Amino acid sequence: MVVKVYGPVYASSKRVLVCLIEKEIEFETVPVDILKGEHKQPEFLKLQPFGTLPVTQEGDYTLYESRATMRYYAEKYRSQGTDLLGKTIEERGQVENWLDIEANRYNPPIYTLTLHILFSSLFGFTPDQNLIKESEEKLAKVLDVYEERLSTSKYLAGDFISLADLSHLPFTQYLVGPMGKENMIRSRKHVSAWWDDISSRPSWQKVLHLYAAPV
Amino acid sequence: MVVKVYGPVRAACVQRVLLCLLEKDVEFEIVHVDLDAGEHKAPDFLLRQPFGQVPAIEDGDLKLFESRAIIRYYAAKYEERGPKLLGKSLEERAVVDQWVEVEAHNFNDLVYTLVLQLVILPRMGKQGDLALAHGCEQKLEKVLDIYDQRLSNSTYLAGDTFTLADLTHLPAIRYLVNDAGMGHLVTQREHVNAWLQTISNRSAWKKLMMLANY
Repeated sequence: MVVKVYGPVYASSKRVLVCLIEKEIEFETVPVDILKGEHKQPEFLKLQPFGTLPVTQEGDYTLYESRATMRYYAEKYRSQGTDLLGKTIEERGQVENWLDIEANRYNPPIYTLTLHILFSSLFGFTPDQNLIKESEEKLAKVLDVYEERLSTSKYLAGDFISLADLSHLPFTQYLVGPMGKENMIRSRKHVSAWWDDISSRPSWQKVLHLYAAPV
Repeated sequence: MVVKVYGPVRAACVQRVLLCLLEKDVEFEIVHVDLDAGEHKAPDFLLRQPFGQVPAIEDGDLKLFESRAIIRYYAAKYEERGPKLLGKSLEERAVVDQWVEVEAHNFNDLVYTLVLQLVILPRMGKQGDLALAHGCEQKLEKVLDIYDQRLSNSTYLAGDTFTLADLTHLPAIRYLVNDAGMGHLVTQREHVNAWLQTISNRSAWKKLMMLANY
């Protein structure tokens, strides 16, 4: 049964793609055009009632929420590819801890920055400069905590790479690339080294090569 | 070894963790953190939770934060004991994870903002933003319509048994219904209403309500 990932070009979907590649799982992709509103059409809402991406299907089995999907495949294919969940239940606890930090602390400000800086003209709204400034400040504070963490730990959950690190790739790529805010990463020595490490992984390079971002 | 849970017993995120420990019959000790006095921003606490938030746990050498990470950890560690909070298979577990993510990203922020504007700020003698609260209420209506649809063909959010997907919602829903006066959002939706009645009737939830002095 082939794994199908909907909307591969979008950042959230790329969390799933990089995980599948690390786990050596074959997959197909199905394009979804957000600008045409395809994600709000009735057929799509049957798959994902909240109208967001990604959705992943394997035969009849459908999953949404990128981080839930990453967890599933990382566990299901535990014995192949890169180990992404740590080796013990305690190590997995640290992975969950930092994956939730990415979701609840890191993602909200970086998502707001992405929306307002990169997608405002595509979606036809005026970027809110105050919100941009606030989000950048929030993100800077989070990155300060990361700098401290990564000064004593090679990766976020410990000395092993995990879903917690990979989960940061898509939106951080936007930050250092088209958003022109690479200094936020480079001005922090340990964050910078960590970013170089995770973004140079062949799996991420493959995602960037195969699924060009819409901006 | 008794699990130490740092945070006030009335904070929703702390309750999420306590509820899971009660469901799994894991002994714990609550170490109160005085949020009003800014204890969560003091250097000692920041060593435990560098973002200055509650809860955090300490279990022997293990230290964790983020309530949903903590409940996933204990649900996995004590998988063999008590209710199957992660479902009965890996496929069910993923659906549990999916709905915990939905709660975190589509539900929690709306409820948090509503409760902040309508309950917390007024309690502090400040003016809440009613327009903002109303906006959240309207968005929450749409989200709960999706929940109602889901619960019309599934007894619990992730399937036919109680899991973390349901548990994770209880603390915030209590604030929404009991403190913010938004009970109509639940009672106007047949399946959400039935689901909430069922999950609030669990003995672990009742124990938590007593512990928190409600």
